[in-house]
This record gives sequence, C-alpha cells and structure tokens, in this order.
Amino acid sequence: MLLEEPALLARFPAGSVVPQEGPDAPADQPTWVVRREVLLDLCRALRDDPQGRYDLLLDVCGADYPDRDERFEAVYHLYSVPTANRLRLKVPLTESDPKLPSVISVWKGADWFEREAYDMYGFVFEGHPNLRRLLTHEGFQGHPLRKDYDPARRWILTEDKIYRPVLRAPADRPESMFERMTINIGPSHPAMHGTFRFVAMVDGEEIVASEVEIGYLHRCMEKMSETHTWQQVIPYTDRLNYCSSFLNNVAYCRTVEKLLGIEAPPRAVWARTILSEFSRIMDHCVANGSTLVDTGALTNFWYFFQPREEIYGLLEAVCGARLTVSACRIGGLLADLPPDFVQRCERLLEFIPPLIDDVEKLVDKNRIWMDRSVGIAAISGEEAVNWSWTGPCLRASGVAYDVRRAHPYDLYDTVDWEVPVLHGGDVYDRFRLRMLEIRQSLRIIRQLIERGVPAGPFVVDDPHVALPPKDACYNQMESMIYHFKLIMDGIRVPAGETYLMTEGANGELGFYVVSDGSGKPYRLHVRAPCLPIFSTFPTLMRGHSVSDAIATLGGLNVIAGELER
Amino acid sequence: MELQGESWLTTRLDKFADWSRSNSFWPLPFGTACCAIEFMGTVSSHYDMSRFGYEVVRFSPRQSDLMIVAGTITDKMAPVLKRIYDQMPDPKWVVSMGACACSGGFYRAYHVMQGIDEIIPVDVYVPGCPPSPEGLMYGILQIKEKIARDRKALRERAKKAKGKGRDAA
Repeated sequence: MLLEEPALLARFPAGSVVPQEGPDAPADQPTWVVRREVLLDLCRALRDDPQGRYDLLLDVCGADYPDRDERFEAVYHLYSVPTANRLRLKVPLTESDPKLPSVISVWKGADWFEREAYDMYGFVFEGHPNLRRLLTHEGFQGHPLRKDYDPARRWILTEDKIYRPVLRAPADRPESMFERMTINIGPSHPAMHGTFRFVAMVDGEEIVASEVEIGYLHRCMEKMSETHTWQQVIPYTDRLNYCSSFLNNVAYCRTVEKLLGIEAPPRAVWARTILSEFSRIMDHCVANGSTLVDTGALTNFWYFFQPREEIYGLLEAVCGARLTVSACRIGGLLADLPPDFVQRCERLLEFIPPLIDDVEKLVDKNRIWMDRSVGIAAISGEEAVNWSWTGPCLRASGVAYDVRRAHPYDLYDTVDWEVPVLHGGDVYDRFRLRMLEIRQSLRIIRQLIERGVPAGPFVVDDPHVALPPKDACYNQMESMIYHFKLIMDGIRVPAGETYLMTEGANGELGFYVVSDGSGKPYRLHVRAPCLPIFSTFPTLMRGHSVSDAIATLGGLNVIAGELER
Repeated sequence: MELQGESWLTTRLDKFADWSRSNSFWPLPFGTACCAIEFMGTVSSHYDMSRFGYEVVRFSPRQSDLMIVAGTITDKMAPVLKRIYDQMPDPKWVVSMGACACSGGFYRAYHVMQGIDEIIPVDVYVPGCPPSPEGLMYGILQIKEKIARDRKALRERAKKAKGKGRDAA
C-alpha cells in the first residue's frame, strides 16, 4: 500500500478524497473516491509528490451505474514508473451535471482518453482544449456506452457533416517565402494503414501544424462485450490488435481468471507464454516490415512475412485459425496442444533467426534507411512518459518499463531474459529495439521449449468455468447439464472490478473489467497502448516533413482495431 | 484457341478485352482491419497473388478496376468508401472480403455498417473472419469467371451509363 497516504490526504478537505476500504473495495489496487473539486490538485500532487511520483497516466474511462444517485464514474488508472505503484481514482458524477476538470495540464496523455470518455459517456472535461468526439462520427447523437443507449442504434454520416480541420500555424512562426498549404492524407491511404486521417499544414516541405482524425474503425467492441457472455468476448479481443491476437486473448482471460480467483494449469501457462512470445515476434515483424515498406524497402517486407507465415502454421495447428486465433479459454486453452507442438516450435526457432539477420544486414547500416530514420520524430523518455507511452516505443526512449519485468506474470520470472533499452527515441531506435526484442522473445521460447511440456490438463477442472470434455457431455447427465448452463448462461463471475495489465506487443495492454455477478461483463474497458502513442503524432511531426510522417507511423505500431476498438 | 503453324489466331475483340482484363486485375485494397493483414499475406511471397497476374496493387482508385474491401466498414468510413468506389473507372468489380464487409459480422453495433452492399454493389462475397488467403484467391478467380460470363450484362450497364451521360448533356 501507499506510504504517503496520510500526509497527502491531509492536504485536502475531509471527505473529498476517500480511500475505498472494506470487503467491497477492489482488491487489485488501492482505489480512492475523489470529489471532482479537488481532482486537479490531487492529480498534480500525486505526480509531483516525491513519494507518489505517479508520472504515468495509464487510462481514463467512464462507467455508468443508472441505479446510483451519482450515476457516472470517471475512472483514472495511474502508474508510477520509479516505484511501480498503481492507483485508481474514481470521480462520481451526476447525470445532470457531468462536469469535471481536465487533467491535461498534468499529463498530456490525457488528451485522447478524455475525448473518448466525452464521446462515450458525455463527460465534460473543463479546460480541455479540443473536446470533440474521438471515435464516433460527426453525425452521431447520444453517448453510446451509457446503459440506456441501444447497442444497435446507428446514425448515418452524410458528406456535408464530415469534419474538416482548420489548422493554424503557431503564432511565433515567421511568414516564409512559401505558400502554406494544407494537405489531407487518408483515411484510405496506404501510408496511413487504411484508417487514419492526417491533415497537415505544410510550409514548403515542413509540417507546421497537423491534426489526426481517428474513429474510422470504431467497432463498438466495449458495448458489444456488454451484450455477450464472458466466453463470447474472447473473439472480440482477437480483433483488437489483430497482428498479435493471442496476446489479447491471454490478457482478457487472465483478467477474468483473476476475478474468478482461479489460475490456469501449468500446461496452459507454459503454452500461453510460448505462443505469446511468438505473437510478439509476428507483431514486431509487421511493425518493422511496414515501416520499411513505407520508406521504400519492399524486399524486407517479404522477408518479414516469411516468419509470420511459419508462425501462422503453428497457430493453425494449435487452434485451426491463422490470424484471429481465439485460442485461450477462461481457465486455460481451447484444446490440448498438438502432439508435434515442441517439434514445430523447434523448427521455428531454427527458421526465424536467419531471416531476422538478413533483414538486419540489409538495413542496419544502410545509408538511405539511416537518413530516413535517425533523429526523426525523436522523443525524450520524460516526455514519452508524460504522454502515457508504454511498450517498445517507450523503451526506445530510455525508460525500461516492461510489464513482464515490473509485474511478472505467466512464466516470465522463471526464464532468463533482458529488457532491451535504447536511448535515441527516434524512428531508428524504435526499429532496432523491436529487432532486439524479437531476439529476446526467441530466447524466452528456447528456454521454455528445453523445459518440455508440463504434464496435466490444459484447462482448469472446474465445470462452472470450463466446458466438460465432449465425450462426457454426450454420455453423462451431469456434464451435459454443466455444458448447457455454461453455453446458455455463461460463466458466473463474482461481482467486483479489476484492472489487469500484460505486456502487449506495443505497450501495456490492460483490461478494466466490472462484473455485477451475472453471466455478462457489466463494463469492459481496454487500455489500448497505441491510443496515447498515436495522440502524440501531431506533436512529434512538428518541424518534420511529410515523408518523415510516413516513416514514423509504421514504427509507432498503431493498430486501428486496438486504437479505436 | 490454339496456335498451329502460323503464329496468329482469330477471336472477337470483346473476348480479347475480357481475356486481358481478367488476367491482369489492378486491385485496389480498401483495407481497414484484420482482413487487410490477410490480404497482405495473400500478396506476399508465400501465397503470391502475382501468379494470376494480379500483383499490380494500386492505391489510387483511378488506376484500378478491382476493389477488395478488406475489413469492417464503419458509418464514419462509409462516405469515404462510396467516394472511392465512384472514382474508379468502369468496368469495375468489387470483392467483399470477410464477414464484416459482407454483413457487419459479429459487430451488430451502433457504428458499424451492416455490409458494404448498403452503399456499393458487390460482385463476390468471400466469407470468413478473416478469410484465408486461399479463400480470397478463390473469390478473385470467381470474378475472372464472371467477366467471361457477364459480357452481356456489362454491355447493358455501359449502355445505361452512356445514356445517362447524354441526358445530362
């Protein structure tokens, strides 16, 4: 727990900051209920207090409890990189006056989080410089994540309502000899990876101001999970970061397992760790491959897709699907591992390294690539933390925060591996860091394979959580009833809430889940690692050229499915 | 068609145009989501769509004749999709790749278009979430067959479009 609590809390009026205690309090991390009047001061104190040092705002989201007097709750998740402490703040709000101060002056990363909460719940963040809808379109009415919003109620966007940004050059910038021009790239542009829209004002070649518009792939995943049973949510998690679906499966299943108070058996945990690392390799291959292809190095893209195809083969053997695997189940895995699992992994361990070496040889000292990437879109570690960055992009800026090391889960604390850290913070270092991480992932897998497959079941032996074996369902009355109950009603997850983090392929992937004891999630929020990273994009690009913007985007590894959910 | 002795053959101009079109699509990938990753897999070295002559992937609608809609289309994206489709010159074909593009998939939700055929005509629906590269290739080869089969329908459509142009003038 927190050491500074009494001293810090004493600074605020009695009753304005109340730590939640007792049996109903969330068990995963300390939770404070904060009145909105003191929120801004409290946040500033939490960031600056020498014992608190909550320098990373992980997430801001909303929740809706229509039965309460104060219907809404704004939920903040904070993290302290130096002390590894976590803290949750909850701000109750009424329906008639859902206003609260913006914390953007404390953490710049709050920008898009707050816009999303405004979009989804209608919270008004006072002091936010640009409180517009983030995910839904301009013709949208209402706030879809409120409980009284019909999940299927659509609004049609007509062309006249499409948002057209008006950019202004910074006032301190002198007029130049060039005409200033505003150009629009995307959303359907190959360099914008299909779904982002980047509008930039250029002065000659230099970007003086820019804006990013997202939401072109907002698929309402969070609302959909509220209308499906706990197991049925697993396929939705696949389609978050679809370059590494398995990592999302693991993150979600572990969150629900934590609420249930169960643990997956060793065999499942072993396989999860291995497949997670293979998925991370796949993801890094896409991120680096698309960075290179955006800068014109097409050959490497083909090289990078070869390991992916081979890993697809492994995943296909495990679960039958290539991309969207849904291979995890709450309490374990979908099915037992194929008999040749270890041999397949061993083959991959031989096959992948030469390809990675080839790419490295082709680009690592390549003059063209260096000119396009060194010093481009550089960000310092301190700035990156303030912008809520996590994952490889943050580690390329010199901050060694990796969830697998800071809060070990699965088997990460039993194997020998390093957290690679680079200090340039530019496109080049983000690329190199991913190459280093691929090697570390291979190292982790190699050690686990050497250990051999743990014996035992692949899923927990609990008929309230996992489906009974098929032959038992056909031949035993009891198993058939359990099967029926699980399919029709879903798993009964005890009431409570939790936030669980894992290291996704592009940063801390967190699931904030609230259960009301029924068969469906009451509220499910995904802490998407690339959302704050991408919100930094206009700031990063100031002073660079449009071609730099193209080179930068791939390296940030922004995956639309996860960004917009 | 067979070459014997002399190196010449006879055919109809229509047929020749169809034959060349159906063996050299210039696909425009309208990729938004997971399906786009499988599309990338399809054009990459392992599956290699260029075997069929379809490797000239163009991101400009004005240079392409086959639109592959790969991924969920949201209501926010809908006007963009419509405009890009309109910008493609005739004759043009559309492959709807994956469950989302075909029907909205399992996103029966407030921001998702329930199938792109709400706004643009679709020639081939490829099921799957996402479809495997084999599935996508099969779908594109269906269009190849369709071109050979649908010459009449195409001519009528062209006539209609021409008539419209004259009215406007």
